[in-house]
Amino acid sequence: MENYQYTIWILILPFAAFLFTGILSGKLKPSLTATISIGAIGIATALSYLAAIQYFFLNASESYTAVEAASFTWYRLSDTLVIDMGILIDPISVMMLVVISTVSFMVHIYSTGYMKGDDGYARYFTFLSLFSFAMLGLVLATNLIQIYVFWELVGLSSYLLIGHYYQKPSAVAAAKKAFIVTRFADLGFLIGILMLSYYTGTFSFSDITNPDGPLITQTIGGTFLGLSTLTWAMILVFMGGAGKSAMFPFHIWLPDAMEGPTPISALIHAATMVVAGVYLVARMFTVYSLAAPEALEVIAFIGAFTSLFAALIAITQTDIKKILAYSTISQIGYMMMALGVSGYSGEAGLGFTASMFHLFTHAFFKALLFLGAGSIIHAVHSNEMKDMGGLRKHLPATHITFLIATLAISGIPPFSGFFSKDEILAAAYASNKLYFAVEYLVAGLTAFYMFRLYFNVFWGKKRTYENIHESPASMTIPLWILAFGAAFAGFLPFSHLVTTDGIPFDTHFHLTIAIASVAIALTGIFIAAALYRKESTRSQKIAATLGVFYTVTKEKFYVDEIYLFITKKIIFNLISKSIAWFDRHIVDGFMNLTGNTTVAASFRIRKFQSGNIHQYALVFLTGVLIATLVYLYYYPK
Amino acid sequence: MSFSDILLMRNELLLVAATVVILIADLVFAADQRKQFYYFSVFLIFIVAITGLFPSESGSIFGGMYETGGLQIMMKNILNFSTLIVLLQSWGWFSQVKQQKRIGEFMILLLSTLIGMGYMISSGHFLMFYLGLELATIPLAALAAYDYYKSKSAEAGIKLILLAAFSSGILLFGISLIYGITGTLYFGEAGQLINGSTLSVLGLVLIFTGLSFKVSLVPFHLWTADVYEGSPINVTSYLSVVSKGSAVFIMLIVLNTVFASLNDIWDTLIYTIIIITITIGNLFAIRQRNIKRFLAFSSIAQAGFIMLGVIDNSAFGVATVVYFILVYMFSNLAAFGVASAISAETGKESIDDYKGFYGTNPRLSLVMMLAMFSLAGIPPVAGFFGKFFLFTAAAEKGYYILVLIAVLNTIISLYYYLLVIKVMFIEKSDSPIQFFSSNLPMKISLVICVLGLVITGFTSGVFDYMVAVSDQLFSSI
Repeated sequence: MENYQYTIWILILPFAAFLFTGILSGKLKPSLTATISIGAIGIATALSYLAAIQYFFLNASESYTAVEAASFTWYRLSDTLVIDMGILIDPISVMMLVVISTVSFMVHIYSTGYMKGDDGYARYFTFLSLFSFAMLGLVLATNLIQIYVFWELVGLSSYLLIGHYYQKPSAVAAAKKAFIVTRFADLGFLIGILMLSYYTGTFSFSDITNPDGPLITQTIGGTFLGLSTLTWAMILVFMGGAGKSAMFPFHIWLPDAMEGPTPISALIHAATMVVAGVYLVARMFTVYSLAAPEALEVIAFIGAFTSLFAALIAITQTDIKKILAYSTISQIGYMMMALGVSGYSGEAGLGFTASMFHLFTHAFFKALLFLGAGSIIHAVHSNEMKDMGGLRKHLPATHITFLIATLAISGIPPFSGFFSKDEILAAAYASNKLYFAVEYLVAGLTAFYMFRLYFNVFWGKKRTYENIHESPASMTIPLWILAFGAAFAGFLPFSHLVTTDGIPFDTHFHLTIAIASVAIALTGIFIAAALYRKESTRSQKIAATLGVFYTVTKEKFYVDEIYLFITKKIIFNLISKSIAWFDRHIVDGFMNLTGNTTVAASFRIRKFQSGNIHQYALVFLTGVLIATLVYLYYYPK
Repeated sequence: MSFSDILLMRNELLLVAATVVILIADLVFAADQRKQFYYFSVFLIFIVAITGLFPSESGSIFGGMYETGGLQIMMKNILNFSTLIVLLQSWGWFSQVKQQKRIGEFMILLLSTLIGMGYMISSGHFLMFYLGLELATIPLAALAAYDYYKSKSAEAGIKLILLAAFSSGILLFGISLIYGITGTLYFGEAGQLINGSTLSVLGLVLIFTGLSFKVSLVPFHLWTADVYEGSPINVTSYLSVVSKGSAVFIMLIVLNTVFASLNDIWDTLIYTIIIITITIGNLFAIRQRNIKRFLAFSSIAQAGFIMLGVIDNSAFGVATVVYFILVYMFSNLAAFGVASAISAETGKESIDDYKGFYGTNPRLSLVMMLAMFSLAGIPPVAGFFGKFFLFTAAAEKGYYILVLIAVLNTIISLYYYLLVIKVMFIEKSDSPIQFFSSNLPMKISLVICVLGLVITGFTSGVFDYMVAVSDQLFSSI
């Protein structure tokens, strides 16, 4: 029963597909490359479901314990400090397996239609396999180093895929931006890993997150600025998570990352990679909750702030992918906040369960929204809402599935988002009323901007389109499958599956909160309907009255400009220039001196290599004599 | 002595048998069947190498003159496979018309040295050790002078034989001193009787310097550049990997058995020699423009790095050395393979001729790049781990300054290794080497090397196994 050996194939297959198609790139037909990639991820998906069924439903015991399905030592630094590569099976990793493999599989199929005729078709699928491998490896990691390795691999494949249209300067810039920002955040993660391993002498998750382990039961290290060393380490780990999950102030890369092909946005920048940060916090949750509650407060604050901040920006954007991007940031803020307000074990851990639940449902409806957006863009060849309107007749399948996803994200029962959002709000209500108020407001804003998008695209002004048609079946079938998930995933009894300590508990349905949240969602929808369902100038008038507030949110609170100011004006001018001077004159001078000395020395000693064998023997003998004389002098016995 | 005792010498016996078969086959295959003969011989050596991987008993025969165990088997396996790779890389050269009828000669000389190395590594007695050493050296001089019609090759041969004789004299002098003190030539017995008297220290210094010649440590290295440059390129790669590796192996064994009690003395000796060797090796390597001379000097510096592991007299230290040599074998043979492919195809051996090579031969360039990365010690290729372990070994003995010097020298070496990559990838040339397709054996050998470079870097089982077998050297005392 406890045999999960086969899960190793979940990793091997996509990697093998990547290697095979990568090495033979240019020799395989593009369609064959796609087939291989799809086959690999398809089998991996089946195995993931098998693992999930075996773990959750064929498990006889009352609680869920972590299982190491495979492990081998990669590298032994000391007797205890060992770098392993392994597979960890526990509730959250199994849940993530299902999410990643499903969405990835759907995106693979969808891409055969969406990317048809693209020059980089084969390259795209090769990198898609690499990404799937990296993301699956990330969630299955058994230790900090392994997760870090896959963390960076995920970052790399994200970079490669954002820059898919590398002839476009904006795509290149976006890829670079995503890589640099997340890489900068990862520096914090790395320092956090080093601090943790320094104090615990291990990288292994099972040791670090053991509730009875030394890390949690004893106070280790000193304090710094009033917080314990461990808290700082955990905040640094969160910094890495915040980078990948686009939390404020690292969120700036995600909207730009929409330069990548839309299926990539659905897979990487909506459903899987961006929730890696949430996953990381969840993975280390025992430590956060029991030993570093201050770090958890930071997470809750950043999460709540980001969700509100991003929702405000989403209201004023006009590019449909950017709206979805900000919506993603906002929803991930939700998940982070839920983790931040969660307690440990039993019902106190509702926030944790709710966060994972929302991660799960969000993956379905957000991937669906992006794929739907891709279908729209495929039809009208534009990202801007002004080029759309009245599309519901032209794109019926896209329209229905998109509506399902929009209802789900707005939290309308019985769609999946309602259940997970309800749990999050309940968890926030039980812990911190301010966060509850913020998230409650964000729920309304979400419903508003999502229906603003929906009405603007599918209703609104009548337009005539040339040559418009619904996307092919390869694109609509994944839409329907994901729509099924987005509609019904909410009925899963999540608190019986994923909990802080592996022991299931019963959630109570919070009727007041449910009614209140549906009410604010409906309010948001009605406002959106009033403004955008028919073509009118009311929205412009409101924007004009709001004046500066409107401009500020439309310009995304000028965060990018602030970054540019800090990097260009302050860092480059003040710090870099002086460092550059020091570098050029002092450091380079020293290096040149060493270099010249080395060259001069190597010129001097060339005479030893004269080619004259007598001299060789002489040098040899001199060496022997010096050695013997020295030893005769120092070791006379 | 029973039959199973004889089987302890399986490796050497098989090599002798292979030599005899090749000798006869050389006569059987006609002049127009040289290719078949080549494949036949390589196949035989392949069989010998593979047989070495099967488990083998450990024990000693001939009253302790010949000893074998997991460590010795491991060392011999490394040497066998290196030889196999060298031979795979030699076809381009063999297939030239004037070499064809001499393939058999080459093989037999090469195998003789390999047999000598086998006996040398397995020796438990100074006499056996010396015989093995000479058997491993004298045919090498013939190999170096193999292109006897070229004056440089002839010169290389004569230089090697003269200086080898010279170093043997010093080595023998050291052995005779040890015999004078202890009255025995057995490693084990001598090890117990050596007491740190002046004479025994002298014996140590002389034996060490005699072996340093083979490892080409400074200042006993001067033959290296001339011989490496003059010899045919495949002999050079054999010299720099197999011959050097075997000398390091026997040095490990002699130091840790016979001179185990004088550990603090040879520590200081090696300490000094490492610093001189790495620095001088690097300084010379910077200036080289001929690929063979370049690799020769870089291999001197590498020998200095290897000594970092020798200095740590523990199972871990020995394992780091064996591991590094395994990695070094893959990286150096990959580099030599590419150089020899180019040399056989175009006759060009200057680094400047490699300009724009990436544009015409991207695959070979990538192999060369991996090899250079590995030699320089850049992760994630295996060379990084090899160097990392060596540094760990020296640091565990507390030689932090030494490690610091070694690290600084790694940076210098980075310069000249990357220079080769720069020439291939960045610099442009009006007349780059035209595209060519290497022959099948060469391709196989390069694939083996690249796989080795990648796989040994990622599997720690190899290293753990080496630590386990290295323990044998210390538990027996």
